[in-house]
Amino acid sequence: MEHALKIERLFVSYLGNQVVKDITFSVKKGSLVGIIGPNGAGKSTLMKAALNLISKDKGDVRIFGEPLKKWKKNIAYVPQRSDIDWDFPITVIDVVLLGTYPKLGLFKRPSKNDKEWARECLKTVGMELFGNRQIGELSGGQQQRVFLARALAQKAELFFLDEPFVGIDVASEETIINILRNLKKEGKTILVVHHDLSKAESYFDHLLLLNQHMIQYGASEEVLQPEVITKAYANQFSFLQPKGVNVTS
Amino acid sequence: MNIINFFEALFQYEFLQKALFTSVMVGIICGIVGCFIILRGMALMGDAISHAVLPGVAISYMLGISFFFGAVITGVLTAIGIGYVSQNSRIKHDMAIGIMFTSMFAVGIVIITLMKSSADLYHILFGNVLAVRMSDMWMTLGIGVLVIGLVVLFYKELLVSTFDPTMAQSYGLPNKWIHYALMVVLTMVTVASLQTVGIVLVVAMLITPAATAYLLTNRLSVMIYLAALFGVIASVFGLYFSFTYNLASGATIVLVSALLFGTAFFFSPTQGLVWKALKARKNRVELMR
Ligand SMILES: Nc1ncnc2c1ncn2[C@@H]1O[C@H](COP(=O)(O)OP(=O)(O)O)[C@@H](O)[C@H]1O
Ligand SMILES: [Mg+2]
Repeated sequence: MEHALKIERLFVSYLGNQVVKDITFSVKKGSLVGIIGPNGAGKSTLMKAALNLISKDKGDVRIFGEPLKKWKKNIAYVPQRSDIDWDFPITVIDVVLLGTYPKLGLFKRPSKNDKEWARECLKTVGMELFGNRQIGELSGGQQQRVFLARALAQKAELFFLDEPFVGIDVASEETIINILRNLKKEGKTILVVHHDLSKAESYFDHLLLLNQHMIQYGASEEVLQPEVITKAYANQFSFLQPKGVNVTS
Repeated sequence: MNIINFFEALFQYEFLQKALFTSVMVGIICGIVGCFIILRGMALMGDAISHAVLPGVAISYMLGISFFFGAVITGVLTAIGIGYVSQNSRIKHDMAIGIMFTSMFAVGIVIITLMKSSADLYHILFGNVLAVRMSDMWMTLGIGVLVIGLVVLFYKELLVSTFDPTMAQSYGLPNKWIHYALMVVLTMVTVASLQTVGIVLVVAMLITPAATAYLLTNRLSVMIYLAALFGVIASVFGLYFSFTYNLASGATIVLVSALLFGTAFFFSPTQGLVWKALKARKNRVELMR
């Protein structure tokens, strides 16, 4: 079967400064993949370039063997927290409702069914009581859950999440990982930018370790070997112990 | 002269009716467009574009054509110029804005001065709502209908691309075109506002009513209605003060909207500084007991 996502020889630079270099990997449908690497390694850049949110120098991205364009509306992207304006006049339920927009098309407003569906998604992440709050009036974990609900509302095939576990409480982390596991069971394909090496093995089937270059891609336990990890974090800590080390971004 | 005299005059004089109609329309569209301008962090850009239409207006005057076209052309060229300079050099966006709009504004002043009509310059810069002609009124109405129509039709797209441009782009919305469309709308709003508030103060009508509404609600749709309402209130009362005390209409309209903002700033139920301070004090007192 075709791979859900196939990235070949991807290069990306900002103002002539190359930060993602020659990345090639493919992801099977129904897998939960973690993208790890030190701060500034190019994880977010990789994800954005794969989704054509920033321009790439070179590289090919295929979704189920087809160009990205055909799958745009079936990909849900949850941005890094810092990319959102938390003062924006929008309520929680309306944020989730945005997830129904891609498939509505121009000029159509969300229907009663769409609104019902948004409420259901909000319930899935355990936030149904907060629907009328302004989005900034929530804790970090709650905000992350709301954005996951928005991704769910999109009824996507592929999910891209950038650092969903940063700065959130244990309960929210638990909720989110369980939902991701359920999505995987439904055959969805999920990529997550992540920085906490200690939990990487239990969360993800596959890991992509990068520091500008691709260091290694494979089953989580293979990638989480001390000699592999050291390659990526070499100039960050010489004293590194891979398990239990929390590399904050 | 009081409100009753004003109403009498309103029934009596056609020029006053035209002035009122035009300023109400301007209040509405500035309020609506202003919401998107401030939420997109483009307040400075709004200031720039509104000033940059001056050479376009001047040249149109010279050629004897409607200044609508000249204004839209110079406005959009400035928007493109700002984008070009900041994307292709280390010059930051706000620097590019500062350079481009002052240059355009200076060009406009030179052209108008060469035309030797400083009276016109004064009116373009500060507005002269009592001299609104029938054709101006229709143009303002046309622009108003167009702007409201666009916002109604593309509300969904405007909301996503303003709140989360990355998501908008990821599912295929053309953010760049939405940005330039908004710039075109901005120049049209400026043109519509020329006679009521004048070029120099258009930005106040774009930002102040929208900012007032921003303090009062957590929903974009409500914010848009409130901003339009504040725009109208400012226009009507501003016009009243302008007519009654023979003051420049631009200044009086802007002052009324500033007054509304001040009121919301101190007394907004959720964001108001006064309530916040009282609450903080109450909490402190309770803790001391
Ligand atoms: N918009 C940008 N312009 C210029 N440089 C950027 C931009 N975004 C990120 N970078 C740089 O690119 C590198 C990779 O960034 P990023 O992909 O955000 O890293 P990560 O997500 O792994 O922490 C960093 O060195 C960062 O400073
Ligand atoms: Mg990042």
